[in-house]
Amino acid sequence: MSRARWLVPALYIVFLMLPIYWLLAMSFKTTNEILGGFTLWPQRFTLENYRKIFTDPTWYLGYVNSLTYVVINTLLSVAVALPAAYAFSRYRFLGDKHLFFWLLSNRMAPPAVFALPFFQLYSAIGLFDTPIAVALAHCLFNVPLAVWILEGFMSAVPRELDEMAYVDGYPFWRFFLRIFVPAIAAGIGVAAFFCFMFSWVELLLAKTLTSVDAKPIAATMTRTASTSGYELGLLAAAGSLTIIPGAFVIYFVRNYIAKGFSLGRV
Amino acid sequence: MSAKPVNQRAWWLVLPVLLLVAFNAVIPLMTVVNYSVQETFGDNQFFFEGVKWYDEVVNSGRFRDALKRQLLFTGIILAIEVPLGVAIALAMPRRGAWASVCLVLMSMPLLIPWNVVGAMWNILALPDIGLLGWTLNKVGFDYNYTRQPLAAWLTLIAMDVWHWTSLVALLAYAGLSAIPDAYYQAAKIDGASPWAVLRHVQLPKLKHVLTIAVLLRFMDSFMIYTEPVVLTGGGPGNATTLLSIDLVKIALGQFDLGPAAAMSLIYFLIILLLSWVFYQVMTRGEEQA
Repeated sequence: MSRARWLVPALYIVFLMLPIYWLLAMSFKTTNEILGGFTLWPQRFTLENYRKIFTDPTWYLGYVNSLTYVVINTLLSVAVALPAAYAFSRYRFLGDKHLFFWLLSNRMAPPAVFALPFFQLYSAIGLFDTPIAVALAHCLFNVPLAVWILEGFMSAVPRELDEMAYVDGYPFWRFFLRIFVPAIAAGIGVAAFFCFMFSWVELLLAKTLTSVDAKPIAATMTRTASTSGYELGLLAAAGSLTIIPGAFVIYFVRNYIAKGFSLGRV
Repeated sequence: MSAKPVNQRAWWLVLPVLLLVAFNAVIPLMTVVNYSVQETFGDNQFFFEGVKWYDEVVNSGRFRDALKRQLLFTGIILAIEVPLGVAIALAMPRRGAWASVCLVLMSMPLLIPWNVVGAMWNILALPDIGLLGWTLNKVGFDYNYTRQPLAAWLTLIAMDVWHWTSLVALLAYAGLSAIPDAYYQAAKIDGASPWAVLRHVQLPKLKHVLTIAVLLRFMDSFMIYTEPVVLTGGGPGNATTLLSIDLVKIALGQFDLGPAAAMSLIYFLIILLLSWVFYQVMTRGEEQA
């Protein structure tokens, strides 16, 4: 039993890799080969699909747009969540518990509920079709998540650290930025990872809040899928490219991923 | 541990978050509440309708069917993903290079945009040219997820298991890594069987992370939209039309603001209520102990 234990994760990983393999295989096939019948790997290996994406602005600008709002959202979420998480972790104040649960309840709001009101709100303030609109909208679920994760990491830092700094005469912001933030660097990395991830994978709000100028790559893909017929190879190539930023980020935080949620409290 | 000091000035630290989330949550939610009690004929004139839309939504067969499908879907994927995720976490190597490899590979599905996940499974399951669909038909199953409701459901569930089991596994793994070695040594001295170790050492220690895992999987599966839309479009017929898909059809497709708003609020309340029930049930033991 215990010797065959590695089989469980191994089989699971094979199961995980199969659809990814198929997507990659498709992206290197020509449209004719794809529609011509079943082939296990590309018979006539082609980079044409990728060439199209990197030369057509409607395609590659989709990636730029997506990455723009994801980065803005991650920076904004972590920046506002840091002081708030500190307040929740260190002090009691009027309504603190209610506020914390209210924040978390926003994580439970289905994006479908907010799609239409967001469209009207961001149109009314003139931010419609900008990356800022999407970045702000994604704060709805990312800020509560960042507060939750950071609060967990901060509560693991002993309060004596704060008290000693104040005794030494550090003003609050200097202590916070110079001593406290470096002490929870791992937590900030984890929070940023999860913000990046949830902003990167979300489509419904990103698509609703943009039309032409700020259209995310995911929306470009859905348009291709519906209007220009059956360009599966192109779609597969675009899909394969969306895996890269995620894989890149995972590599950097691989030692902290698992800790992300477990240190938080519900 | 000493109690936290009371400090009302901490409100200033919370203020940016409060403003940002209030802007994003309160204003749209008020818009929804507003629409849910009014009737409009499209010329920006609104008439107060009271609870008419709520009445209509609660009594409509369409909403009830979507809700039933949603509960069935969430129930099935929780029943598969939670035990499977724990089993994988238990079998994973605890440390070393292989642990890192496992973690990185398992995180992959979590970072793929949701529409790409749908497109990926769509391509994989195509009956004539997809790896999965072609193989199933080759070995003798009559499988076509665009025509058979059962096949569409099985594909949808397989996709969600593929997409999200890793989250449960990662959380359970984090929980297991936090158990000190001394616990295992004590169990060994007592001659405990692997089953007893699981039952009396590992599972109790996992309770906290499993609460989080179940809550997250419950909430997210209840809100699922993009993946099934790309995979099946809610079909064949309405077979895989879950709550969010139905809501978007009504709100953005038909632009029926009143019924869509009333449905939104009922939907949100169901998630809040069920999350609260889950939370109460799963943490009940802690207060007694």
